[in-house]
Amino acid sequence: MREITYVKAFTESLMQLMAEDENIVIIGEDVAHYGGVFHAFDGLWKTYGEKRVIDTPISEMGFIGMGVGAAARGLRPVCDLMFFDFIGVALDQLYNQAAKLKYMFGGDVTVPLTLTTAGGAGLSAGPQHSQSLEAWLAHVPGLKVALPSSPHDVKGLMVAAVRDDNPTVVVLNKRMLGTKGPVPEELYEIPFGQANTVRPGRDVTVIAVGRMVTEAVTAATELAKSGIEAEVIDVRTVQPLDSRTILESVRRTNRALVVHEAVTFGGIGAEISSQIQEEAFDYLDAPVLRLGAPFSPVPFSPVLERAYIPDSNRISDWVRRLLERSGG
Amino acid sequence: MTTTTEQDPMLALPPEVLYDLHRRMVRIRLFEEEAGKLMEAGRMPGFLHLYVGQEAVAAGVMATLRRDDVVTSTHRGHGHAVAKGADLRYMYAELFGKQTGYCKGRGGSMHINDLSIGMLGANGIVGGGIPHAVGAALAASYKGQDSVAVPFFGDGATNIGAFHESANLAAVLRLPVLFVCENNGYAEFTPQDRHMLLKDVADRAASYGMPGEIVDGMDAVAVYLAALRLVARARDGEGPALLEAKTYRYYDHQGVKGLRIPYRTQEEIDTWKERDAITALEQRMVNAKVATSEELEKVWSDTREEIAAAIEFADQSPDPDPADLLDNVYTV
Repeated sequence: MREITYVKAFTESLMQLMAEDENIVIIGEDVAHYGGVFHAFDGLWKTYGEKRVIDTPISEMGFIGMGVGAAARGLRPVCDLMFFDFIGVALDQLYNQAAKLKYMFGGDVTVPLTLTTAGGAGLSAGPQHSQSLEAWLAHVPGLKVALPSSPHDVKGLMVAAVRDDNPTVVVLNKRMLGTKGPVPEELYEIPFGQANTVRPGRDVTVIAVGRMVTEAVTAATELAKSGIEAEVIDVRTVQPLDSRTILESVRRTNRALVVHEAVTFGGIGAEISSQIQEEAFDYLDAPVLRLGAPFSPVPFSPVLERAYIPDSNRISDWVRRLLERSGG
Repeated sequence: MTTTTEQDPMLALPPEVLYDLHRRMVRIRLFEEEAGKLMEAGRMPGFLHLYVGQEAVAAGVMATLRRDDVVTSTHRGHGHAVAKGADLRYMYAELFGKQTGYCKGRGGSMHINDLSIGMLGANGIVGGGIPHAVGAALAASYKGQDSVAVPFFGDGATNIGAFHESANLAAVLRLPVLFVCENNGYAEFTPQDRHMLLKDVADRAASYGMPGEIVDGMDAVAVYLAALRLVARARDGEGPALLEAKTYRYYDHQGVKGLRIPYRTQEEIDTWKERDAITALEQRMVNAKVATSEELEKVWSDTREEIAAAIEFADQSPDPDPADLLDNVYTV
């Protein structure tokens, strides 16, 4: 299969989706003429014109809210938030409006809005351009949240997100934009709420979010050299969360480690860990561990940032710790 | 306010328009007065933000709109829903939290909506609905329809980012939006001179390169004429405008009796009530012999009957079933 980059998979999904459905419009800062700051929207404006690819002022609350209203009136807007960190200035329109209109209006309104954004650390982008805030959004009934971990998943999850009649958020990982991988040329959907067992294993389950999937697979390959077989699960979407796949795996391996880039405290790992102990306590040979970032803003200095983000070495260490603690 | 019938611009309007304005205002007034009584009697849960006093604004603007024109509203939104043509039975049922309510008991007083009549919801977040109207205008314009969108909001909301971002967006994208500010002089309990240094909200329009006009919000005819012009302009593709209606709410920010906080004087309240929009229009109509007092009184009595039936409907309606609590969290 041909290989394309993570960001090209994103662009291609929109290029093809827009051909399929004329109600899709793209709204955001610098998405039209410039093609987006990460070139994620390159070529869309030339292909579909100003009517469907709309440059906006720097008004995230305004244009996401405009997307909500347009969605309620029959369009299928894709609004782009340049950096995930900017969500704060627009959050009302996402969690009080997009997420709630359907429910609080008694089902009279649907909001098929997709918010795309770029999160994650590792580019020395500093404390306000590097965060992983998915747990905030996963906490809001009415929203769906995906964090694709490969070019293949970017396209499949984008197709599912844009076709979904609910408000969806797709969080791209900035550090993966240039990562290449096999991507089918045709449109395909990866359903939300369906985790991906990236690597099978019998000794431990590593549940990873977004780019941490890659690190977990690297760690698993390394651990295999010592005879430790780690199963790696990519959650793909944190809302809905595929608890069934996670629990089924942990009941087999009896040990679980959750890994994400977001700070550990209150992260999605806390939810996953809690579900495991509630639903599979009797299967556990060790406490469920969580590996995330320390409770600090994302630092700028490359030295500090490397210390901040979990990586494959740390994942390996934590897996070994988990196995050492095991009684069984 | 025009007092001499010889000069009254009302006379240029067909009588049907005046009957329509009058009827819309009476329906709002009685809907709200009865809602207030129900709240006082402990028959309704939650908050109640009464629209009484501001009727001329909703009536005057809505009378210029078509069914497919979209409005968004505020926490003080009953008047907009009634004036846009909402069914009073489903409104009361929602206020009662019943399954037959507009929101199936999930929204309450602050979230009445009905897309079939272009009511894209009242909103509990100040300024929260304004961008939705801009989006509705975008959708209409994208689809080549000539409908317009009208967000209603108060003076207080013009201090929030959603207003400014929406106004600028609508202007830059040249969308068919009429921003209607109902300036009732207070942001909750804070008077206008303590929440902005401008005397007129309409002046804010200049920042976005759109026209801003002021109208007497106690005069339904004046509101109607101003909105008629600005809506036509938006419909013709000439872009958005801001209409500021100076008006007053008779009741407190929330509830009926109020919190007994002396943030307004009785004299101020009485002065505004002397200019009551419904009484004023009735006097003009009778003076101009457009209607008799008896005909106008019949509108009140007919509406009272309609409202009594609507309250009865709401009262007799079933509560929502807790088994359906999760309905409509997601579209499935």
